[in-house]
Amino acid sequence: MGAKLSEYIPIVGEGVVQELSVLGARLAGKKVVNINSTRSGGGVAEILQRLIPLLGEVGIDAQWEVVEGTQDFFALTKHLHNALHGTPHTFTAEDQGVFDMTTASNLERLNLNGDIMFIHDPQPAGLVRNRAAIGGKWIWRCHIDLSAPAPGAWEFIEPMVRQFDLSVFSAPQFTRALPIPQILISPSIDPLADKNRELSRTEIDAILTKLGIRSDKPIVTQISRFDRLKDPLGVLEAWQLARRRVDCQLVLAGGGASDDPEGAEVLREVRERAGTDIDVHILDLPPTSHIEVNAIQSASAVVIQKSLKEGFGLTVSEALWKSKPVIAGAAGGIPLQITHKYSGILTHTIEGTAFWIKQLLSEPEFARQLGRNGHNHVRSNFLLTRHMRDYMLAFLLLDHPNVDVIRL
Amino acid sequence: MNESKDLTIAKQPFEFCSRLNLTLLTGRKAQDLAEMAENLRSVPGSVIYHHTHHFLVQHQHLSPEPPNDFAYWVSNILLDARLGEELASIDVMRFSTIHELREALVRVIETSLERSGEVRAAPRGQEFHFMRSVSFVMPTGVRAADLREFRNALMFVSLSAISYHMFDARLRLETGDNDFAAWAEGQLGEKALAESLRTLDPYTFTEEGLRRRMINLVEQRLGN
Repeated sequence: MGAKLSEYIPIVGEGVVQELSVLGARLAGKKVVNINSTRSGGGVAEILQRLIPLLGEVGIDAQWEVVEGTQDFFALTKHLHNALHGTPHTFTAEDQGVFDMTTASNLERLNLNGDIMFIHDPQPAGLVRNRAAIGGKWIWRCHIDLSAPAPGAWEFIEPMVRQFDLSVFSAPQFTRALPIPQILISPSIDPLADKNRELSRTEIDAILTKLGIRSDKPIVTQISRFDRLKDPLGVLEAWQLARRRVDCQLVLAGGGASDDPEGAEVLREVRERAGTDIDVHILDLPPTSHIEVNAIQSASAVVIQKSLKEGFGLTVSEALWKSKPVIAGAAGGIPLQITHKYSGILTHTIEGTAFWIKQLLSEPEFARQLGRNGHNHVRSNFLLTRHMRDYMLAFLLLDHPNVDVIRL
Repeated sequence: MNESKDLTIAKQPFEFCSRLNLTLLTGRKAQDLAEMAENLRSVPGSVIYHHTHHFLVQHQHLSPEPPNDFAYWVSNILLDARLGEELASIDVMRFSTIHELREALVRVIETSLERSGEVRAAPRGQEFHFMRSVSFVMPTGVRAADLREFRNALMFVSLSAISYHMFDARLRLETGDNDFAAWAEGQLGEKALAESLRTLDPYTFTEEGLRRRMINLVEQRLGN
């Protein structure tokens, strides 16, 4: 379960935690109702589970409601999600009917009484149609890249979005022109969660042994779903090129193969291409493998995230937090996390990735420097405490529209 | 001055405030230098402030360079080393208003456009996104009535407090001076110390380095 605010002091310093308390005092007693579409699984639920108790600790009455819907509704919102990312889909009047009916039943069922209604992603966005009756200020938190939607997708959600007071996006390139203010708030990792807490050498060794990964050679790792956009075949090829000069093992670990036919196909191709090489470890992990992912990242000499297209790419922050040198594709939110040759390496090709694997394995001092800088950058910008601070600032902004300097 | 001697007590103690910024997206972007110059002329002042100051906050460990987002983008995305250097070396301390800083940025870019005649475009997805900062200023409850209390406070106030009094007061609130120098001179009569604090170029330090340098200056005055 979530940690107490005081437990973050040794990590971020007393000043940062004090600031959170001061902001909390300014918002004391405000009721903030978070609404998303699932209580577990996925990044949004993971953040809310940890954030809501912390908001409560500083005096905010933070609630969490979840929209319910039929299979048809969730099939539609999955299409909507993909179409907002650019996959073509035709939205029919029937689709609109399914969406509106589910919204209506949730409006009846949910406890929507609050000062601030904090709506996460498109599934609950329709609730805003009753804002006049419900009252309060309304924020729409979008985790999706809206810059290049398929035709019809943006038109589907735009009438809802324009009714909010504020919108929140994860990266500047994910937005589009909107009639309402847009705030940039990056997602975050929790340094006290199983995926990121410091593990002992014994814990790491035990997990690596269980997974069949040896410690006799440096480990190069990519953690991500078996998805073409994460380019696992490109990673394998880059590693094969690098390995001609520097001896090392490769770990490709992730999920997504069990419930996604394309994922299963990609996994099969990667396995086939890797052949019987004992230095390649391909692991299809269940989504609950947080400690396993932590152990693999912690044991790695180099971490790769060779994404061709990316959301925010929080696996990069996870690896940087463990002070690892990271080689990543300059996609989505990754350039916000890595400054090239300072806090990591940004590459564009398989050959470039191979070149930097060799360099970083051969120059461990430079690699350590990148890892150190990356760790400091994540501590200042991508931890849960910064995320909480920005959300509270967004709540405060609702009472001060159109001002540049707000005195609290 | 010896630290054990009596110190001048300020009628108005220095009240440390801290500043937290929230970033707002404007929806505007530039793909090349011509679009960059065009936007720079018309964006709100809070956009200029954001892109010349957020690096200091977000990359506390990376400063002293690159000092502003414009220089970073031109050097690393447009790969124009000369213009990148010219933008990086704009002396922000010379200007007492955001308006003057804006003019200087536009002038440097326009001169470069005239010189080279070519318009280099950023690769797709790496356009420059214009953003602005909204600042939330809060009292920290920390006060200093004399130089010794001031030095002690400098040792533990947050970096955002130091940068607020050093950067925002002068340029954003257009008081023409940084708060520390104004207080040292106005309240304590410390003209020489105020001048040292005034001529300090905060943009060439990391925030932690700036804190150390200021403490040194005050300690020298205290005779330590």
